[in-house]
Amino acid sequence: MSLLQIKDLSLTIHGAQILKRINLSIDAGQIVAVTGESGSGKSMTALAVMQLLPSGAEADGSLQLDGQNLLNQSEAQMCALRGAAIGMVFQEPMTALNPVKTIGDQVMETILIHKAMPPARARARAKEVLSRVGLPTHRFPMSRYPHELSGGQRQRVVIAMAIALRPRLLIADEPTTALDVTTQAQILDLLKGLVSEYGMGLLMITHDLAVVADMADQIVIMRHGEVVETGTTEHLLHHMQHPYTRMLFEASGHQVSLPLSPNPYPLLEVEDVVRDYRLPRTHLFGAPGHHRAVDQVSFTLNRGERLGLVGESGCGKSTLTRAILGLEDVQHGRISLGGQPVFTGHTPNLAVRRKMQVVFQDPYGSFNPRHRVARLITEPFHLLDTPPTGSERRDRIAEMLVAVGLSPNDASRYIHEFSGGQRQRIAIARALIIRPELILFDEAISALDVSVRARILDLLAELCATYDLTYLFISHDLSVVRTITDRVLVMQAGRIVEQGATEQVFAQPRHPYTRTLIDAAPRLPEMGQGAA
Amino acid sequence: MSRNLILGAALSSMVVLAALVSFVWTPHDHAALDIPAKLQPPNVQHWFGTDHFGRDMFSMIMVGARTSIAVALVAVGIGMALGVPLGLTAAARKGSWLDEVIMRGNDLVFAFPSLVIAILITAVFGAGAINAIIAIGIFNIPVFARITRGAALSLWEREFILAARVSGKGAARISAEHILPNVANLLIVQGTIQFSLGILAEAGLSYVGLGAQPPTPSWGRMLADAQTMVSFAPHLALIPGFAIIVTVLGLNLLGDGLRDWLDPRIRVARV
Amino acid sequence: MLRYALKRLLSLVLSLAVASVVIFAVIEVAPGDPASFMLGVNAQADTLAALRAELGLDVSKIERYFNWVGGMLAGDFGTSYTYRTPVSQMIADRLWVSLPLAIYALTLSTLIAFPAGLYAAARRGKPGDVAVMGATQLGIAVPNFWFAMMLVLVFAINLRWFNAGGFAGWENGLWTGLQSLTLPAIALALPQGAILARVMRSALLDILAEDFMRTARAKGLSRRQALWRHGVRNALIPVLTIIGLQFSFLLAGSIIIEQVFYLPGLGRLVFQAISARDLIVVESVVMLLVFAVIMVNFLVDLAYAAVDPRLRSRT
Repeated sequence: MSLLQIKDLSLTIHGAQILKRINLSIDAGQIVAVTGESGSGKSMTALAVMQLLPSGAEADGSLQLDGQNLLNQSEAQMCALRGAAIGMVFQEPMTALNPVKTIGDQVMETILIHKAMPPARARARAKEVLSRVGLPTHRFPMSRYPHELSGGQRQRVVIAMAIALRPRLLIADEPTTALDVTTQAQILDLLKGLVSEYGMGLLMITHDLAVVADMADQIVIMRHGEVVETGTTEHLLHHMQHPYTRMLFEASGHQVSLPLSPNPYPLLEVEDVVRDYRLPRTHLFGAPGHHRAVDQVSFTLNRGERLGLVGESGCGKSTLTRAILGLEDVQHGRISLGGQPVFTGHTPNLAVRRKMQVVFQDPYGSFNPRHRVARLITEPFHLLDTPPTGSERRDRIAEMLVAVGLSPNDASRYIHEFSGGQRQRIAIARALIIRPELILFDEAISALDVSVRARILDLLAELCATYDLTYLFISHDLSVVRTITDRVLVMQAGRIVEQGATEQVFAQPRHPYTRTLIDAAPRLPEMGQGAA
Repeated sequence: MSRNLILGAALSSMVVLAALVSFVWTPHDHAALDIPAKLQPPNVQHWFGTDHFGRDMFSMIMVGARTSIAVALVAVGIGMALGVPLGLTAAARKGSWLDEVIMRGNDLVFAFPSLVIAILITAVFGAGAINAIIAIGIFNIPVFARITRGAALSLWEREFILAARVSGKGAARISAEHILPNVANLLIVQGTIQFSLGILAEAGLSYVGLGAQPPTPSWGRMLADAQTMVSFAPHLALIPGFAIIVTVLGLNLLGDGLRDWLDPRIRVARV
Repeated sequence: MLRYALKRLLSLVLSLAVASVVIFAVIEVAPGDPASFMLGVNAQADTLAALRAELGLDVSKIERYFNWVGGMLAGDFGTSYTYRTPVSQMIADRLWVSLPLAIYALTLSTLIAFPAGLYAAARRGKPGDVAVMGATQLGIAVPNFWFAMMLVLVFAINLRWFNAGGFAGWENGLWTGLQSLTLPAIALALPQGAILARVMRSALLDILAEDFMRTARAKGLSRRQALWRHGVRNALIPVLTIIGLQFSFLLAGSIIIEQVFYLPGLGRLVFQAISARDLIVVESVVMLLVFAVIMVNFLVDLAYAAVDPRLRSRT
């Protein structure tokens, strides 16, 4: 009999249908991955198993854990099961822990709340579990507070809390989405190890198909609250039945072909740039420390070239981006565009600024919610000495909206009327409208679902052909950088450790860090031909 | 629209209406003495009764509404006119000496409750409605400066502000074009709350004689006059008290209702 | 932690210095000379000069400021123009009424607010929550001095449980003293308690929406256990801010409430001093009130660090 058997699970929240007759089962020691794009209902499925649904939710069907229907349990009975029989790991390690309690207390709480053992033994168990998840107490005392740990370490604490009582079922909801690739690989290894060691069933919720393919024994593909396809990993990867599944896998590994770039000559020159931040003093009378975010970085970006910049969070790529944009002064070195410096003295140079634009990551925070699209995308006109007016302005707006695949009528709408993918198109229109010589894409597609992301990548390739774009593409996502750039820079701890032609660097990385990065990134397997 | 909003708007507009109508009409002359008719409880002729000089309480309440509203409104205006630009400036220059000076200045003003400011001013210049306005107004400045700065700081982190900076816009222009419109809702809601606090503060100041002076009617002074007579003519204390409660309650409900209607995420500071 | 405390202390000293300059400067612009006000218009020039010397008015303004501040630091607040007695003695007598009143009221308001806020947050949207929120909405709208009058009307005049006014003094026992302060403290505490209850509730609701509360529930804590073990301490951070701010309002409010109950506290002292143009008393009492407010906010800053480990290690 299965450890967890979900049969015909339907869910409504305040009358809205969220899940439609979901079926899936997990055996002990098995990893089942539930995947799909946002709004597919995958997280709600996890919360339904925990019976931690938002108010107004009504579930129907059956959720059998070892033959016990969870939907019939009282709240008190569920409290006894949660943490003891079912453990859960969440997406956001930065906020999943109580900031005012020590990690030791938080791990012990799982044990004590179930009165599983006396405090002294609970303490010993907490110590043991923390060591098991890679936080040995001699290096990470139990008196540490969450804010003293990194994101990956906090996720280990969350996992320790979830497995402290050796639950039969572990649910992990996007456990590595907020983490860097190298950390992600370690956490995935840890989870895999725990499953085989404890014989737990693992219900893993993730949007990342490469992670799914790498981890799961069984895959469940969801869309709009329904299971569209399910099967063992091996079988499903080679015999996809449903067109949505195939589309999803195609979009995840989406490749575009860029047009050849014109004759190279230098456009952006970054020489020996250094950016220090002052740290707060650690001792009362000690000198304040420094954090070198960007450390003697030099590179050249040629006109017509598509350059990638990859690195993990905190490597200095955001600081470098801001320095190039003239949003932040640098202590040392020189950044120039077309031979002119970005900064003259300490003030940004307007003549240079009008040659650059940027597209940011967050499709929701990138626009003033109170302005219409026409006003939003014409904001860069402020940089021009004689901005177009009247019909010329209208034509430019219409041209740009069409170029990014929207309609000229969209100019009079507000930003909240658009989806995330459409917003990124509008952001691209805003960046293109003054025909800048250089565009910076700062994690510009990282927040999008894979299918939307694939279409934006197509759009970029198309715009490269029409407008001879030169861009710097900053991302942590190696697979995207690989397809959308000609050359790539790898950044680590403020330094550029490797640079070269993208294919070359990915195929034969020379620097050990680049190798680590590429090895850690989960890969989509070579897909077999669909049997359909 | 919520029940709070409707009820709050109804109560507040009733009081404002009473104040406006009092310019052209009151049931009786609010200042006319009629000693034989003194201390009447509410009746057909005098809806809210009469005071110890036989003055009509209803008319006094109507005229008193003018004082309360005028003092509170001007005080909130002072607080907004000075506090909002200070808050915007501090946020635009976050971490600079200017920010530090503005914020420390705010802390300092917070150490002087409006009553203490009123005491200082009165000690020097004597009592009057203007002093009440200045005292309450000064206290409102840091309130608006703080909430404006707080809201503006989180906006400055947003990517649309970065986009505006990339488009070459300066701090002043960004503050006016992007920050201010996005904190407007917050300011309206907080303004309503400060307005209600202003009504309470004005009543308190005129109760202890630091507000509007006779013959200008004011609810606080009506209560002060009532104090010795409360045992045999409770309506003298009850009616001005109810007037204050209705006004403050109305404005608070209006503020909460506006918040829910405009943006439920707004946090109101209430002290 | 030490660095944090020292930094706060430095800011406290600076605030006090600036506040003293502001208060001194405001009082300085007051028209008229205290000495001639005290002696009347017909005073002789030499008696006037003698009095000015006695009051310390015959030196430069800067010197007077430093004499004033230096005196206060040594516990000497100068001599009252009207009563010719040391101001420090007058303040000390009154402080024994005002300070207990403020503390009594703060205690009551916290005692009302915590259970009410917790109760409402735990029953969000249910009738209990609606009732508590309605009551606090009303509590905020009630002017405390009017509420005080109503308390007098009901509990002193009609029921005769308490005296309508005056202060029995501490020398007749703690209970007698507290009894005279009970109605005033209730009057002060009710509106502040209503505000605090609302802050408590919304702080708790914010915390309930935090990710770590869901983590706690996933560990097997019931809703109530999660609220108590993880919610309350986190919610204390905003609640402490409000308690700190409220102290200054309670002090100011007590000045008004003392008028209702004829309590011989700092408030009455100030009003008597204003009408007698005894500016040195006004100046000193105002400085004392400001000192109390700044001091309480310093203590609140320290309390933050005790509650929030992030603050302890940041500095």
